Amino acid sequence: MTVPETYYLALSAALFSIGVVGVIIRRNPLVIFMSIELMLNAANLAFVAFGHRLGSNDGQALVFFVMAVAAAEVAVGLAIIVAIFRLRRRLSVDDLSLMRW
Amino acid sequence: MELLSFVIIALLALGSALGLVLKRNAIHGALFLVVNLASVAALYLMLGAEFLAAAQVIVYAGAIMVLFVFAIMVLIPGKEETGPDPRRPWRVVALPVAGLLLVQVLAIVFSTRGPTPVGAPAPGGVEAIGRLLFGDYLFPFELTSVLLLAAMVGVLLLARRRPS
Repeated sequence: MTVPETYYLALSAALFSIGVVGVIIRRNPLVIFMSIELMLNAANLAFVAFGHRLGSNDGQALVFFVMAVAAAEVAVGLAIIVAIFRLRRRLSVDDLSLMRW
Repeated sequence: MELLSFVIIALLALGSALGLVLKRNAIHGALFLVVNLASVAALYLMLGAEFLAAAQVIVYAGAIMVLFVFAIMVLIPGKEETGPDPRRPWRVVALPVAGLLLVQVLAIVFSTRGPTPVGAPAPGGVEAIGRLLFGDYLFPFELTSVLLLAAMVGVLLLARRRPS
């Protein structure tokens, strides 16, 4: 029997929630970044599931663009983390209050 | 049969996502994330999105995760997150908040009927995606190249060693 798209959406919601937990409880910016990737992936899965239900390919095209944006975001984010690490020799998001007034 | 494979892949995805969030070692987290991305690629295959499954493995599990592992190895965060948590009370709130979010989204997913298909389903496959990307989505596709170029220039600027 085929799997209803609702199950894919439920799995996507669960993955997204796990990503939210990771972003909140972890202190290592790299792990926070990976949790954000997890959330992006959950959203992509929902896109593909909806596209499958609608019988349209537009969802897949959108996922393609999300992947491109995620790649750019990861590159810039990791460069920022490396720059901060060079400056302070520590890597914890609790120390990063530079842009807070 | 399809349901069984879906359940197996879904459990794999959930388990590896939990591993990423709960393991203290960042490199273990990165490897868990690779497993998670690969299982999502398998789900794409089950949904008939072959192109995305391949792109997922190449772009995410390949390129992006290599970048992550490289950054983890350069920055040696093995010693991070030891010590007592200075903001523990705030982080304890995370689980109920995420649980509430999950319950809400699941309630929406299971209570609404969702969109109904309009007309005949479009033919899937790589060719259809290519026609879509270079037809209806040509302008965003070209903008993607500008975005990637901007990201590349920005990364070079950020990673440059300043002469001091």
